[in-house]
Amino acid sequence: MPETGEVIKNTILAEKVNCYQVYAPAIAAKRMAGQFVIVRLDEEGERIPLTIADADTAAGTITLVVQEVGKSTARMARFKVGQKFTDVVGPLGTATHIEKRGTVVVVGGGIGIAPAHPIAQALRRAGNRVISILGARSKDLVIMEAEMQKASDEVLICTDDGSYGVHGLVTDVLKGIIDKQGKPDQVFAIGPVVMMKFVSMLTKEFSIPTVVSLNPIMVDGTGMCGGCRVTIGGKTKFGCVDGPEFDGHLVDFDELVQRQAFYREQEQESLASFQHHCERHKV
Amino acid sequence: MSGQLDQQEMARLQGIKNKERMKIPRQDMPEQPAAERRKNFIEVPHGYAEMTAVIEANRCIQCKKPACRAGCPVGIDIPAFIARVAAGDFEGGIRKMKETNMLPAICGRVCPQEEQCEKVCILAKTKQPVAIGRLERFVADWEREQGKVEIPAVGPPSGKSVGVVGSGPAGLTVAIDLRRAGHEVVIYEALHAPGGVLIYGIPEFRLPKRIVHSEVEVVRRMGVEIRYNQVIGKIETVADLLGRHDAVFLGTGAGLPWFMGLPGENLGGVYSANEYLTRSNLMRAYDFPRVDTPIAKSRKVAVIGGGNVAMDSARTAVRLGAEEVYLVYRRSEVEMPGRNEEIEHAKEEGVIMKILHNPIRYLGDEKGRVRQMECIRMELGEPDASGRRRPIPVAGSEFILEVDTVVVAIGNGPNPLVPQTTEGLAVDARRGTIKTNLNTMRTSKLGVFAGGDIAIGAATVILAMGHGRQAARSINHYLETGKWEIEFLPGQEPTEETR
Ligand SMILES: Cc1cc2nc3c(=O)[nH]c(=O)nc-3n(C[C@H](O)[C@H](O)[C@H](O)COP(=O)(O)OP(=O)(O)OC[C@H]3O[C@@H](n4cnc5c(N)ncnc54)[C@H](O)[C@@H]3O)c2cc1C
Ligand SMILES: Cc1cc2nc3c(=O)[nH]c(=O)nc-3n(C[C@H](O)[C@H](O)[C@H](O)COP(=O)(O)OP(=O)(O)OC[C@H]3O[C@@H](n4cnc5c(N)ncnc54)[C@H](O)[C@@H]3O)c2cc1C
Ligand code: SF4
Ligand code: SF4
Ligand code: FES
Repeated sequence: MPETGEVIKNTILAEKVNCYQVYAPAIAAKRMAGQFVIVRLDEEGERIPLTIADADTAAGTITLVVQEVGKSTARMARFKVGQKFTDVVGPLGTATHIEKRGTVVVVGGGIGIAPAHPIAQALRRAGNRVISILGARSKDLVIMEAEMQKASDEVLICTDDGSYGVHGLVTDVLKGIIDKQGKPDQVFAIGPVVMMKFVSMLTKEFSIPTVVSLNPIMVDGTGMCGGCRVTIGGKTKFGCVDGPEFDGHLVDFDELVQRQAFYREQEQESLASFQHHCERHKV
Repeated sequence: MSGQLDQQEMARLQGIKNKERMKIPRQDMPEQPAAERRKNFIEVPHGYAEMTAVIEANRCIQCKKPACRAGCPVGIDIPAFIARVAAGDFEGGIRKMKETNMLPAICGRVCPQEEQCEKVCILAKTKQPVAIGRLERFVADWEREQGKVEIPAVGPPSGKSVGVVGSGPAGLTVAIDLRRAGHEVVIYEALHAPGGVLIYGIPEFRLPKRIVHSEVEVVRRMGVEIRYNQVIGKIETVADLLGRHDAVFLGTGAGLPWFMGLPGENLGGVYSANEYLTRSNLMRAYDFPRVDTPIAKSRKVAVIGGGNVAMDSARTAVRLGAEEVYLVYRRSEVEMPGRNEEIEHAKEEGVIMKILHNPIRYLGDEKGRVRQMECIRMELGEPDASGRRRPIPVAGSEFILEVDTVVVAIGNGPNPLVPQTTEGLAVDARRGTIKTNLNTMRTSKLGVFAGGDIAIGAATVILAMGHGRQAARSINHYLETGKWEIEFLPGQEPTEETR
């Protein structure tokens, strides 16, 4: 029997993007679209919030799709099958509010495609026509295409460099849908903050209700620290308990970008010393 | 000196008259010099040596009607434990202590003694009170250092099982007492470590984590199961717990940080005290980058507030290397709710007290990081509802203070996660606390008990423990009789005197 936190599978989806199957049967049984877990790798580890991209209740596993951006995610990528993350806590956050709206566009940008996947699935199950837009910098960063095909009625792909699908941004593709097929009834956008910001600006113009999933810096994930503060319609909310999903038209994205960048220098220093250590010890 | 036990001196002390006893000066506890401790997280006071403890214990005149005992929220038999210490019987002292207080190493360090037992000690009328807290700490440390920690006896299996939510002082205490009665106990803790505020909030230099761990180890060795990473309300509800336990105790504490709603409060570098302290204590960010969790590298820090939480934050900021640390408090020092000892320690460590000041907004740079704080001076007016004089802003006294980190330590409310997800649990609408009968510790929901900060709002470790103990009595009664509709526990009905 594996233990909770054990890595059952660790595959590379794209450059610096790993997909982990982690044994966590209780969370697998309970999680709903839009929720996340917090993982602590070991005794020195920080608490890393990660969206639950999928779950297999029979196998008792949850799926995490993680991009290597700093020390913690780089350390995580080195975990081998059979090793164990010391702590996995969840499901956290409020589940996505899913209802039958008609036509819903799900926009997944880069790594954001992973958390968009269970939302597309749930929307489809609720009887919506789901159009998914997958955006990435280039072809090899388009992840989970087959899964998204299965979860959607229509999938449109775009890349920044034109190496796959439409040459352009997700907002261009979304604009195309609006022009050709008319206004969708709802939009979900998950990805880099700038992407969510521009999608929200576009949909605001057309008054299309839009949900975005925010990723402020978190510590506990239970509403205890307030580190995850975001401003929504002029009011302070705690991302971990009030969110992570919010009305895109009300989010102060610029504040979020700035708060996310607060530890940048320290994070870079920490990553550099980790890489230096790895090189010296050839690990 | 006073390190080794001096048998002759002890015999002499045993025989002296009370008049002489009262002439013995209160024994100081040696501590790290301020200049040194500014640079480390090591505990500040070193604790009594054995002989010092004996001398201090001999100051107690063993009152027939001890006022001190009434001043202790859990009614520890203070003269009895002190008498044993006075005779050099430390083991007897700790056993006596543990009849009523299972976590003395913690209480001896963090109890506001000067407001409780020591405040009413008879000696306080004319001299300095007996150092009850220091003696309490001494016997607990002695027991641990001698390796003489006794695991309390566990009763024969009752066949009943209780779920405890939260591993703070309330949850730990209820767990110990329920195991003693033979019930099976499972603690569900949201974080990855046990202890609640003791582990994530109160800093190492005031309460070393190894002490919390060794107290928790006792709980574990009694057969209490602690399940970490279990956020009740998310992974499971209270109703789920009631499905497999015969009763549930909620000890989820007051873990919801308040902010003031000022402009600029969401700038980078503005923290709640909970976040600041959690990063530093639980996540050990002072050891970054050896550990992964960062914390702001600050030059000038302003801590807003005047309680223990504010002192802990300010003293943490000093140790994290800040050049200047201000404590910004809107009333005067007399009204500061923090313990005197903590306020003094903070001052010694160079914390600059900005009393009668209040922040009105925070100003940031182009990167959205806090750089300045606008303050206003305050003066004291008529007493308000709390009986303290109301602070009033002095018009036109605004000024700018340069800061790069702000820690908001104005208080915490109860975390709403459990109340929100538990049907039939009545909550005080204004304070957010779970409505709890403070005699039976029962909530409005059948089989569900509560205690500690979640029941009364942010209070003290010893009150949370007192609640835990009372709740265990009540849970035992409930599990034995199955009766729910009672106002008072048998034997605790109000009498003519107490009513
Ligand atoms: C609700 C939520 C869901 C998320 N889901 C995913 C996901 O499914 N896949 C994925 O790859 N990433 C996800 N993230 C982001 C992920 O948590 C961060 O990339 C990770 O913590 C970075 O750690 P690091 O040490 O590798 O990088 P660092 O070098 O420490 O940081 C890089 C950047 O990551 C962000 N970050 C750092 N620490 C935290 C933290 N404690 N909490 C949140 N963000 C932080 C900051 O913006 C920072 O500048 C999610 C974040 C949140 C809040
Ligand atoms: C910085 C600071 C300094 C303090 N200093 C002092 C002092 O010097 N002296 C003093 O007497 N008092 C002090 N206090 C107050 C004292 O710590 C508290 O009154 C006391 O800890 C309350 O105990 P509790 O058991 O009710 O809750 P807590 O200690 O808050 O513990 C609650 C526990 O429940 C867990 N929990 C919460 N929600 C859930 C959930 N949904 N599911 C599972 N688990 C959950 C939490 O993670 C936590 O571990 C201080 C408080 C702070 C914050
Ligand atoms: S528990 Fe606190 S109040 Fe009671 S005797 Fe000890 S120090 Fe005093
Ligand atoms: S009141 Fe003071 S002197 Fe009297 S018993 Fe208590 S501690 Fe001793
Ligand atoms: S992460 Fe601490 S309150 Fe949200």
